[in-house]
Amino acid sequence: MRKLTRVICSVFALTLPLGASQPTVRVEPGDLQGPRALNDQTREGVVRDYLQAWQSVSAALQQNRPELLDRDFVGTAKDKLTDTIHDQVTTGISTRYLDRSHDLQIVFYSPEGLSVQLVDNVEYEVQVLDHGKLQTTQTAHARYVVVMTPAEVRWRVRLFQGVSE
Amino acid sequence: MRFRLWCLVGGVAFATMPQAHAQSASMNLPKQVEAGSAFSIQTSGSGKAALFIVGFGQVLRRDIQLGEAASFAAGDLHNAGHYFVALVGASGTDNGAFDVTPAAQVASLSFLAKPSRLPVSLHDGISGAVYVFDAYQNLITKPMPVTFQLSGTSGAVETRTAQAREGRAWVQMDSAAKEGAAQFAARVGDISNTRIIQQVPGDPCSLRMSARPSGQKIELQTDPLRDCSGNAVPDGTIVTFTEAYDGRQTTVDVPLKRGIAQAELPAYNGAKISAATGVVLGNEIRWGSNK
Repeated sequence: MRKLTRVICSVFALTLPLGASQPTVRVEPGDLQGPRALNDQTREGVVRDYLQAWQSVSAALQQNRPELLDRDFVGTAKDKLTDTIHDQVTTGISTRYLDRSHDLQIVFYSPEGLSVQLVDNVEYEVQVLDHGKLQTTQTAHARYVVVMTPAEVRWRVRLFQGVSE
Repeated sequence: MRFRLWCLVGGVAFATMPQAHAQSASMNLPKQVEAGSAFSIQTSGSGKAALFIVGFGQVLRRDIQLGEAASFAAGDLHNAGHYFVALVGASGTDNGAFDVTPAAQVASLSFLAKPSRLPVSLHDGISGAVYVFDAYQNLITKPMPVTFQLSGTSGAVETRTAQAREGRAWVQMDSAAKEGAAQFAARVGDISNTRIIQQVPGDPCSLRMSARPSGQKIELQTDPLRDCSGNAVPDGTIVTFTEAYDGRQTTVDVPLKRGIAQAELPAYNGAKISAATGVVLGNEIRWGSNK
């Protein structure tokens, strides 16, 4: 019974930092570059799909399932994340990412309408598990540059890269 | 209640445990590493440890001996981004982070050009956007000039330079006055990417027809149709001939063949004949004594 209690408590401690709370999201009006106007519907769609992409990548890296990337990622971003999952499988690692807050700015809408570039100042947390055992929990403030391209019914992340501030 | 309290205390103790022993195993991290370059992480302490380097772009794990440097060869860490580092030894954990920056050398350009076909002499009709990458497909975000060049069949070259910001640059250019295939190129240093853009004649600039009798008919023929830059309007463009007489109207649609349109209409004295193509109206002919 005491052993069972310890296990429950360990799970509790493990999951405590990574609750299911929604991240806070702030979208700055920003200085949009490019000759093409970005209407509100497009802007909302881009932000919505980008935030959903964070959920997808978190799930994919936690469960080491690259197919969870299919809906929201394409091209280079998908290839690199897929390779990362393979790295994790090879080394016995899984990672749990939780985005705490996003400070988003859409900075570029290409003239032909085929790409949107965002800058996201994001605060997120990561847990690293080695063969299921928690090794570390860390928090970061990082700046991400993201390029999204339109697919049939949604915007997909084509480039997803942390950059030095 | 007692169970909850036990859980809370246990959870807090579990969460803070690694920090309590963090001094046992420690490491000295670089602040930044250029993508694909060799680097090392010096550690201190004693015993064995596992070194984790974790990011969205890559995950590395090394078993190391504390007190020694963990060396990473060129190419081991090549995806730009923010990386967490954890050194986990038997007696404690040391955490840190660093950034992997894109390589300085441009290796490829992703070039989006539009459209692939457009009329001549269209202001800002051609647009291009470029994303700049290194050899590892990292977006190079440091500012740099990107040159766009549009060269047509006439030999005329139009060049613009734009400053790349956050790894992208864009431009809008006019299509040339002369029809034909144009090369639309983006260039950074020695790296370039080219698209072919077909510039086709625009709408006819004017329309002039002539008429001559042919028995009970009138033979109508246009002059060769050209756009406002002097390019021949392509065959297949429709010209509409209209004859109005005695309250009735007869219309014939004719495609251009070899640059001209021809039609036959009934010859009525006093008939009014006109021609049009697109938004261009041609001359009007009144058939009869004053034809």
